[in-house]
Amino acid sequence: MEEQMEQVVSMPRLGEKAPDFEAPTTHGVLKLSDFKGSWLIIFSHPADFTPVCTTEFMAFAKIHPDLQKRGCELLGLSVDSVTSHIAWVRNIEEKTGVKISFPVIADLNKEVSMKFGMVHPGQSKTETVRTVFVIDPNQVIRLILYYPLTTGRNMDEIMRVVDALQMTDANKVATPANWRPGEMVIVPPPSTQEMAEDRLKQGYECVDWYFCKKNV
Amino acid sequence: MPCVGPDGKPTESGIAMLRALKAGKTSAEDVAAVTGRPLYRVRSGLRDLVGAGLASESGEAYALTKEGAAIL
Repeated sequence: MEEQMEQVVSMPRLGEKAPDFEAPTTHGVLKLSDFKGSWLIIFSHPADFTPVCTTEFMAFAKIHPDLQKRGCELLGLSVDSVTSHIAWVRNIEEKTGVKISFPVIADLNKEVSMKFGMVHPGQSKTETVRTVFVIDPNQVIRLILYYPLTTGRNMDEIMRVVDALQMTDANKVATPANWRPGEMVIVPPPSTQEMAEDRLKQGYECVDWYFCKKNV
Repeated sequence: MPCVGPDGKPTESGIAMLRALKAGKTSAEDVAAVTGRPLYRVRSGLRDLVGAGLASESGEAYALTKEGAAIL
């Protein structure tokens, strides 16, 4: 019974407000509301001083300036202590020359990671898996990625989805598979027959009435 | 970065924010613009300064307290 109950965990979903939190980080105590008005990527890693996580931290630090140019902040998380996080980011800088410029939550009591569904007992009962939550300026969850402990994340994809979400918000369009900035975007499908007929006269590149692309 | 150390004294970041408040009532956005620090850090730092009695908060505006002014 106890084991069964352990499986019932609330998982945040797309389109919902991100769970609020107040947590100690390497940059002091931060609340989710401190990021209001900015895009935010919250990501979890399994543990400090581990090799895959170290490569990921270096990679996140590399894209951090480009994210900031897009009005997007980064916030890391694991169940390690602030002291451990500080020792690790100092070690990364000392050994590799890469400065970790973003704050990292020390979620020792798993309060934040449980709210965000970052602990997957099938992978590890004590560590967070590799999650990515993209949260918009209204603090709504717009995208969630989960990676297993053994697979490091792809920063190109993280940048791509931020670009795609921002393109969607700014222009009320969708983005096709493998879309990159500068490529054509998808015009939302028409909702009436009249709109479907008009669609073909508007100069879009159309495969058919429901599938049209345009340049932005 | 925490803006108030364990000894209750403002850190370098804290002092930069206190200086930004010197002109009078100021929003977190203005402090971020003046100090060049990210808004989330400024919001967190101002919370520290208010907690330490070095700044006061009224709605969305912040100001120096007498204690905060005495440090500058």
